[in-house]
Amino acid sequence: MTLLQLDGVSVRFGERAVVDSVDLAVAEHETVCVLGPSGSGKSTLLRVVAGLQRVSAGRVLLDGADQAGVPVHRRGVGLMFQDHQLFPHRDVGGNVAFGLRMRGSGRDESAGRVAELLELVGLPGARGRAVASLSGGEQQRVALARALAPSPRLLMLDEPLGQLDRGLRERLVVELQGLFSRLGTTVLAVTHDQGEAFALADRVVVMRDGRIAQAGTPLEVWQRPASEFVARFLGFENVVPATVSAGVAATPWGKVPVPDGSPEGERLVLIRPAGVLLTDDGLRCAVESRTFRGTHVALLLRPEAGPSLEAECGLAGAPAVGDRVTVAFAPAEVVVLPTP
Amino acid sequence: MDPGAASGGAAPGSGPAPGPGPREGGRATAVRLGLMAVPLVFFALFFAYPVGAIVGRGLDTDAGWRFGRIGEVLARPDIIGVLWFTTWQALASTVLTLLIALPGAYVFARFEFPGKQLLRAVVTVPFVLPTVVVGTAFLALVGRGGLLDELWGVRLDTTVWAILLAHVFFNYAVVVRSVGGLWAQLDPRQEEAARVLGAGRFAAWRRVTLPALAPAVAAASLMVFLFTFTSFGVVQILGGPAYSTLEVEVYRQTAQLLDLATAAVLTMVQFAAVGLILAVHARTVRKRETALRLVDPGRTAHPPRGWAQRSLLGGVLLTVALLIVLPLGVLVERSFDAPGGYGLAFYRALQDEGAGGGTFLVPPMEAIGNSLEYALAATAIALVVGGLAAAALTRRAGRFVRGFDALLMLPLGVSAVTVGFGFLITLDEPPLDLRTSWILVPLAQALVGVPFVVRTMLPVLRAVDGRLREAAAVLGASPLRAWREVDLPLVRRALLIAAGFAFAVSLGEFGATVFIARPDEPTLPVAVARLLGRAGELNYGQAMALSTILMLVCAVSLLVLERLRPDKTSGEF
Repeated sequence: MTLLQLDGVSVRFGERAVVDSVDLAVAEHETVCVLGPSGSGKSTLLRVVAGLQRVSAGRVLLDGADQAGVPVHRRGVGLMFQDHQLFPHRDVGGNVAFGLRMRGSGRDESAGRVAELLELVGLPGARGRAVASLSGGEQQRVALARALAPSPRLLMLDEPLGQLDRGLRERLVVELQGLFSRLGTTVLAVTHDQGEAFALADRVVVMRDGRIAQAGTPLEVWQRPASEFVARFLGFENVVPATVSAGVAATPWGKVPVPDGSPEGERLVLIRPAGVLLTDDGLRCAVESRTFRGTHVALLLRPEAGPSLEAECGLAGAPAVGDRVTVAFAPAEVVVLPTP
Repeated sequence: MDPGAASGGAAPGSGPAPGPGPREGGRATAVRLGLMAVPLVFFALFFAYPVGAIVGRGLDTDAGWRFGRIGEVLARPDIIGVLWFTTWQALASTVLTLLIALPGAYVFARFEFPGKQLLRAVVTVPFVLPTVVVGTAFLALVGRGGLLDELWGVRLDTTVWAILLAHVFFNYAVVVRSVGGLWAQLDPRQEEAARVLGAGRFAAWRRVTLPALAPAVAAASLMVFLFTFTSFGVVQILGGPAYSTLEVEVYRQTAQLLDLATAAVLTMVQFAAVGLILAVHARTVRKRETALRLVDPGRTAHPPRGWAQRSLLGGVLLTVALLIVLPLGVLVERSFDAPGGYGLAFYRALQDEGAGGGTFLVPPMEAIGNSLEYALAATAIALVVGGLAAAALTRRAGRFVRGFDALLMLPLGVSAVTVGFGFLITLDEPPLDLRTSWILVPLAQALVGVPFVVRTMLPVLRAVDGRLREAAAVLGASPLRAWREVDLPLVRRALLIAAGFAFAVSLGEFGATVFIARPDEPTLPVAVARLLGRAGELNYGQAMALSTILMLVCAVSLLVLERLRPDKTSGEF
């Protein structure tokens, strides 16, 4: 069942449309991640759902009810702010219990719930600590517990892991994922970090300039970027114009095989680095730089024809800078994109 | 960049803060106007109306408005003399204050030494002291029969030096606190960066620290200039017949010569001058808000190193001892120095009904109770009016709001004498017949308290992150509840500090109170001035005793404030 539905929602600041006719539906128990660069309007989208931002056009429905005219504090949604916004004058327990108090919960009831939530986010016994004494990761956990405490029907997260260091982030993504599926929470999160989005979400929505550029499962989006923008936003640089016909694309790099059933004609072609194979025969390139990436080596190649090319190869036998190599292309890693 | 920043959103700090939509904008304006209504009515009734009435009475004759009088009055040699003296003594006082107080600002900002907290409180005591007490203290030091007179036969009262010294005494804290407060938060690593880039020690200071400090110095100078330009009590007591500032002249023309026309013209001149100073000040303060990298003051201070720094610290301590502690000490000493040897004779005399040679209808001691009652009422009024005004000003500042901001500062500089006299002639008929009501005095005192309340509350209210309120709303708090749960706890401390300032200022208010306090209900400053106005050792001693009591009350409220003051929000005062 659809819990949240946005119908043609637009937000304009003066002439500028920050959110531009966005349609989006989030089903119950689903985790949806809105992904986009900063300025793409994704945070504004959350503020619209929370009621902190008025829409210029369109409707916001929660459980099928139009939220126009429903003030923020009656919407029953949770929002975890980007920089947490913990109340500095209350201790951890006071922060977590805030939403419960606003709903008129009794002291004993909310004390039990606070203990339960602090346990859940891995901070048992932190109730009496001052907010200022918390590390970034701990603040984040308290903010999460605070947002979860009143059991909102929809939990929204704004860059939930944005300010944390890498190791903590990776661990928390796994924890959050487990937590949400255990609690059955419906989640709408926004992030600019694709790794975070792909790890957390059942469905990913990529936004650009206030519009939805692509929506789908993480796998779909990753495997079949819908446009050059999405491809480049995901970090792919091997995008060139090409003429596609009969399973082959004519590119500045020469002939590149494309998957069966690809559309034909004047197109853009994306070759993922994994699809650029070092072989004995093919396009001749010089190795311009190489970067160790842990599980593989990323190469930047200068082909004898066409723009620079990104490639990947295994750790063993990786060529050195200045080496001459030849490459061929694997059709499975090639995507034909529509021309913009 | 996020979208909200472009539209100048309401919430300070980083992150998305989109501006209000058109309908929200309308509602915000309505809320703001609602909040401003009380302060606006208050200022219209108890400030604009009385002052306007006085000016009108001076210029509006049977033959219609006579603006020609302005020219006539301003051409009189004695008035030109007053104008000239007012200006140059204010300039001289400002320069002298800067010369003496800037090293102090540096020492307080950068050095760590035992007793620093206490010393900071000590240098602030004069600022909240009633001008009458300051005048009296300097009289005890440099006046006839004063300490210097006794020791070396030196008398400085009725010379301009006494006035200048008292002005420095009074305003030392303004410079030390505002400039020193900022200086302490300037990151020393900025200077270090300049040093690494090849600047010498002095060049680094001149190119990095000075530009960052200059707006604060300018703002403090303007405040000192404003306070000394409008000086009344100090000049009244120390100046003698030879020296008269605009404010003293307004008083003389109004109360003694009954020349309302001249007084009206002088009031307008002072009004214009103060308006100009405040406008320049507002500009300077706005410049000061340009982004500076500020750090925790605790991290920038260190114990003095080497003989140069130690002697600088020594010099500042000596200055404080001579300039601030000594006059106050002499005042206290004189209050005990009764004819029959040291004792409480003067204090006991204060309980005497016939004290002051019949000037009083009641024992002067009763002035303490009167003062406290009036000051409490004035504080309550100032908190309500100033609090509402600050709440209104917290919302996004437009041109209109900035004008309101400056309007609130005007009572600081507009002739208190005019306000007091204006009260007498305007608030005497129904529906506003307050002439016999006790509320008249607190109303006038609240007028000077409000600017302090606004200045103290505003930075703190503005610093409350709007998104904290949003967080509360998302968690289910209604707007009113969010204000109570978020804003109120965060500003409670500032509210107490504002109350303390308003209380101290009300306690010491003299210019307006002297007109409107009823003879049988004098306040402490009024009683002191009356005692000083009469000859005789007993009267003089009683004035000293009463001043000492007033000083103690002010100092105690200040010490309480020092404990409350959070380090980060140093505010304007």
